[in-house]
Amino acid sequence: MMRDTFIATTTALLDDDPRTALVLADISAESFAPARRRHPERVLNVGIREQLMASVAGGLALTGLRPYLHSYAPFAVDRAYEQLKLDLGHQDVGAVVVTIGGSYDAAAEGYTHQSPGDVALLDTLEGWTVHVPGHQDEVPAMLREAARHDDRVYVRLTEQQNTRAYPDGGPLLVLRRGGPLVVAVGPMLDPVLEATTGLDVTVAYTNRPRPLDAGGLRALTEGDVVVVEPYLAGTSAAAVGSALGGVSHRVLHLGVGRSEIRRYGTWPDHARAHGLDAPGLRASIVDFLG
Amino acid sequence: MHFNLQPIPMTATAVQSDRLGTLLSRLTGDEKHAPSAHSTLDVLWVLYDRVLRVTPETVAAPDRDRFLLSKGHGPAAYYAVLAAKGFFPEDWLDDLGGWDSPLGHHPDRVRIPGVEVGTGSLGHGLGLGIGVALGLRAQGFTRSRTFVLLGDAELDEGSNHEGIAYAAATRLPITAIVIDNQSSTHGWPGGIAARFPGWDVSVVNGRDWNRLERALKPRHDRPNLIVATVERKGS
Repeated sequence: MMRDTFIATTTALLDDDPRTALVLADISAESFAPARRRHPERVLNVGIREQLMASVAGGLALTGLRPYLHSYAPFAVDRAYEQLKLDLGHQDVGAVVVTIGGSYDAAAEGYTHQSPGDVALLDTLEGWTVHVPGHQDEVPAMLREAARHDDRVYVRLTEQQNTRAYPDGGPLLVLRRGGPLVVAVGPMLDPVLEATTGLDVTVAYTNRPRPLDAGGLRALTEGDVVVVEPYLAGTSAAAVGSALGGVSHRVLHLGVGRSEIRRYGTWPDHARAHGLDAPGLRASIVDFLG
Repeated sequence: MHFNLQPIPMTATAVQSDRLGTLLSRLTGDEKHAPSAHSTLDVLWVLYDRVLRVTPETVAAPDRDRFLLSKGHGPAAYYAVLAAKGFFPEDWLDDLGGWDSPLGHHPDRVRIPGVEVGTGSLGHGLGLGIGVALGLRAQGFTRSRTFVLLGDAELDEGSNHEGIAYAAATRLPITAIVIDNQSSTHGWPGGIAARFPGWDVSVVNGRDWNRLERALKPRHDRPNLIVATVERKGS
């Protein structure tokens, strides 16, 4: 589980680096209890107060600490959006926002606990690096690297993960060479590999969609591009369009649909409903490539 | 940055009032400017003149006292006090809100020496201040104090109440000052202090420098609210 990896890595960071601080809003507080006992002044649980969590992170950063904050994506990003915008960005400070839940991990909880729009919201703001790990073993390096600077970093943890980790998956990593390019972001890799079995395509992987590897994308694009993301379809349209400016191309953006699916079930049910399982992806990709 | 202007020496109250009035006139362009038109002026002056351990030379010192103007609206008094204390040149006051001016209608910490936070959207300063106070404590700067100034209407924003409750629950030593000019649309029946359970509270005349000083100076071992009462807005 990515969440366990996050807890272990962040607990170790708190032990190793006195600059590290952690701000929680009840979610995962119990798992961080040992860290809180050892570092009561740097592990803070503000209760069910996500706006305060983000503001406190901004204040900690203003004094020179490196705050990590954490909750479900809809609460840390959607709800506290203005705090991220003003109490981090406008103050010219940074933090590491680590979320769980993603687009539909909390399938049975319903839409209140889901954030398909988190990355799109962060795209309206300046200077966020966005990590979307596809495997738990990709998580520790992301968190440790973020401790060494003061920029704004988002780490999007999900239950869905790939069978293999690619710890150096920031720049586009070519995993299959062939014809038109299919870019898989984070946990979309396994379904994309399965969906494109036997198709003459190039499959490239990234777990760091922001900043997008624009140079890599240009180098790999020969005409048709398919982008498969585990959040709102088209979130990367602007970044892809900017990277491919002046290069003739056709592009298909696949991801989570905008319509709320008022059903419960599990995340694989929702992946299927959004056409993000292997058969759904294959149908869309084959239709686009013709 | 230029710190060539010496802070003005403190003498009599009336002289300071005149001086601040002159600086305020440079900001507003009004010939005659009553300092009393600015609800925050006296609190700000007492803070920077008598309470805060921060000078133009120590704006980057990690252990300086912090003052956060949460109520970023109408920062003329703030700018006048910072200029009077030499944080930036007085001639900055002549172009408020201009393209080439560092001084906007809401302050930007990135542009103005001595400004700790950029504010404007209400309800952000207290949460930031709580983070600052926690950050100072975590780094062992136990002498450093954190002050946040809010307006009574600003308390309408719900985010403040997240901070008020958390500071009380954790007995965090932070000082909040609410300037009460009765500008909240629906008011605060029962009084502002009643909204700060678990805080030490004092209510003082927000125009009385000596009383303000006596309220602001003592350290508390838990959160401390000072309601500074001034004339009703528009009166």
